[in-house]
Amino acid sequence: MQSRALERSRNLRIDWRQYLVYVGFIALFLFFAITLRDSGFTTTNNLLNIARQTAIIATMAVAMTFVIAAGQIDLSVGAIAGLASVTTALTIARFGPVAGVAAGLLTGLLVGAVNGLLVTRLLMPSFLVTLGMMGVARGSAMWITDTAPVPILNERYNAIFGSGSIGPVPSLLIWIIVVTAIGAVVLRKTTYGRQVLATGGNERAARFTGVDTRRIGFLVLTVSGVVAALAGMLYAGRLQSGRFQWGEGDELSVIAAVVLGGTSLFGGSGSVVGSVLGALLIGVVNNGLILMGLESSQQIIIRGGIIIVAVALASRK
Amino acid sequence: MSELAVQMSGISKSFSGTRVLHAVDFELRPGEVHALVGGNGAGKSTLMKILQGVYTADEGRIAVNGQPVEIRSPHDAGALGIGMIFQEFSLIPTLTVAQNIFLTREPRSGGLIDDRASEQRTRELFEEMDERVDPRAMVGDLSTGYWQLTEIAKALAQEARILIMDEPTSTLTATETQSLFALMQKLKARGISIIYISHRMEEIFQTTDRVTVLRDGRWISTEPTSQLTMERVIDDIVGKTMEGAFAWQERQVERTGTPLLEVRGLSAGGRVRDVSFSLYPGEILGIAGLMGSGRTELARAIFGIDRIDAGEVLIRGERAPIRVPDDAIAAGVALIPEDRRSQGLVLDHTVKDNLLLPMLPRLQQFGLVDDARGARIAKGFVESLQIKTRSVETPVRLLSGGNQQKVVIGKWLATEPDILIMDEPTAGVDIGAKTEILGVIRRLADAGKGIIVISSEPAELLAVSDRIVILHDGSVQRELDRREIVTEEELHHAVQSA
Ligand SMILES: Nc1ncnc2c1ncn2[C@@H]1O[C@H](COP(=O)(O)OP(=O)(O)OP(=O)(O)O)[C@@H](O)[C@H]1O
Ligand SMILES: [Mg+2]
Repeated sequence: MQSRALERSRNLRIDWRQYLVYVGFIALFLFFAITLRDSGFTTTNNLLNIARQTAIIATMAVAMTFVIAAGQIDLSVGAIAGLASVTTALTIARFGPVAGVAAGLLTGLLVGAVNGLLVTRLLMPSFLVTLGMMGVARGSAMWITDTAPVPILNERYNAIFGSGSIGPVPSLLIWIIVVTAIGAVVLRKTTYGRQVLATGGNERAARFTGVDTRRIGFLVLTVSGVVAALAGMLYAGRLQSGRFQWGEGDELSVIAAVVLGGTSLFGGSGSVVGSVLGALLIGVVNNGLILMGLESSQQIIIRGGIIIVAVALASRK
Repeated sequence: MSELAVQMSGISKSFSGTRVLHAVDFELRPGEVHALVGGNGAGKSTLMKILQGVYTADEGRIAVNGQPVEIRSPHDAGALGIGMIFQEFSLIPTLTVAQNIFLTREPRSGGLIDDRASEQRTRELFEEMDERVDPRAMVGDLSTGYWQLTEIAKALAQEARILIMDEPTSTLTATETQSLFALMQKLKARGISIIYISHRMEEIFQTTDRVTVLRDGRWISTEPTSQLTMERVIDDIVGKTMEGAFAWQERQVERTGTPLLEVRGLSAGGRVRDVSFSLYPGEILGIAGLMGSGRTELARAIFGIDRIDAGEVLIRGERAPIRVPDDAIAAGVALIPEDRRSQGLVLDHTVKDNLLLPMLPRLQQFGLVDDARGARIAKGFVESLQIKTRSVETPVRLLSGGNQQKVVIGKWLATEPDILIMDEPTAGVDIGAKTEILGVIRRLADAGKGIIVISSEPAELLAVSDRIVILHDGSVQRELDRREIVTEEELHHAVQSA
């Protein structure tokens, strides 16, 4: 009898947490669809616009899901995106698009790996390491460009990374679908994903079971760096330039998206699809508020409030 | 073949200059249950962690099934068929039972994890063990009894032939303990050898074939259980003759006037129903009952952790509106919780900081903490409770399990409460410390405090209680005067038939 009661409360809790983002998403979507019927909220164009605006946050949120599920945090993603947009743009100008893509990814790999090494070898808290790295990466981007934007003139690059579309489908949408699919399968269905969850759920226990928890900590931060670099390259393609400001403040939206999606800030559980929906939810709110004609100060307040309420609901046991 | 399952010889180990194991020998025969006993900090867990590859020995040799081996990691140990049921569990609360059992060895199909297959194999494992556990249950939602079964299944899934159980019963209820013993016999019949660490003498005599005693990091004796008496084992553990450890010392309590604590018709959280009793100054009230009888929940409700649905709590005759633990503490009530490691200690902080945490406000002078006085008080507790630690500045994490528990007890004594509720106060504490703690309980009561002792060990309840309340299904089934109970069996019977 007792165990059945247990089972029920367990299911309730999981359902509640997992579905919150879905319910919230649908509810807000319907709300805007009805109230903003005449402002064109539901037009294909506007919807694609939302997708385009959220795709970059969603991409980073996929990698951040792993980071948070493993019990770490990465505050440097926005700054890495900015730095990678700049290194990509500079390299394209000299050596062409292929080298540019390689340079961008390498930037993320390097910064992410340094984060990972500091956290897992020197045993520093990821919060502080990545907070510091945020400044280092952003500052480097400013320094190597003299704070000036670096235009990207390569059409092919811009088309693939963000500006173009295949038929009616924007390339950004394709990126996010691919990244989400890979992320979801890796977290749910591979030993790596399982070990990420184990590490975040109870680091000591995971270690005693034979999980190399340091390796996991290193990998989640490194991958987060690489994916943040990809996000920076998407910014660069969409805005046809590299600039140190791209991605500024994104770390907060990304973390909010992940937590909205039902991933526990204490680690041990996480949902990639939830995080992406969380990002979309934030995108829908931003878009709706703009269409409602609110001033940007009001938008920021409402957005903050919605995140607090949603996180409060999602983390209630 | 009769070669030894495990032979450890001349094992020594030091931690930052302090030697905790001195050339210890230990051997395990195939298919035997071998008890490893000793006081808190004797080195039992350390010796087993060496066998498990968590630590490496400074000196000494290990042979498994007659072959000399080097065990450098838990992984190596696993490959040799050694599985450990940890004193602190090694499960991930956010994963399911099946996911935990197959962690790092997930069955796969087409490169991806196949959870269905691991659930199926988990079901089979539990069937072999004759236990019923839902493979898809989230471990964090299960009771400790199930955690343990999951741990054992996890070891068996790794083809373990040697199981190390470090105080497996300290968090189990009587019923869970009995089913664990039954399971151990089944495993033994399958040729699996078990090393069994426990502080509970009855368990050792009930389940084991041989007993090895360690004291202060040294090997003392290894004997067949059948040729030992409980007195002999206890003497070996403490190194001197202990007499009348659990003898009842009759005390005189005036049960007149206003009770210190009175509980009237208390109901809480569905697990406590209409409970009434009173506690007088200087009295020790024992609370007995089976698992799930609501003992812990009753304590939690009185202490303000769980919400009270009906009834009232009176302290010194006055209604005490206890809504949160702070209210209870302010009213002079202290609760020493059952799950001390997680509820009672900040593991990374020092012994001193842990001991002084609840009394910090009283240590302040001009807004600053009086450190010298704090250190003196902490040292006092370390001495009076015989906490084995290098200094009061050692992080609690580094203390042995039993010594950590003494720190929690000291911590609550430091608040100088009038009413002290102790939930399983001596679980995991060695025999020497047990008598010590029982002595502390008596002294506190003699000083006029009211004490409630919740315990699954009849011997312990009988040793200190003036009265015993038996709970069943959340309600008071009987209330007995200690004088009415002559033998342990009587109490046992009263609890079982409640
Ligand atoms: N990692 C460590 N660093 C420093 N000292 C340690 C460490 N681990 C254990 N010790 C010390 O080694 C001694 C033996 O500890 P151990 O945990 O083996 O005792 P035990 O016999 O298991 O005791 P208990 O019955 O209380 O669990 C203790 O004094 C403890 O403080
Ligand atoms: Mg121990």
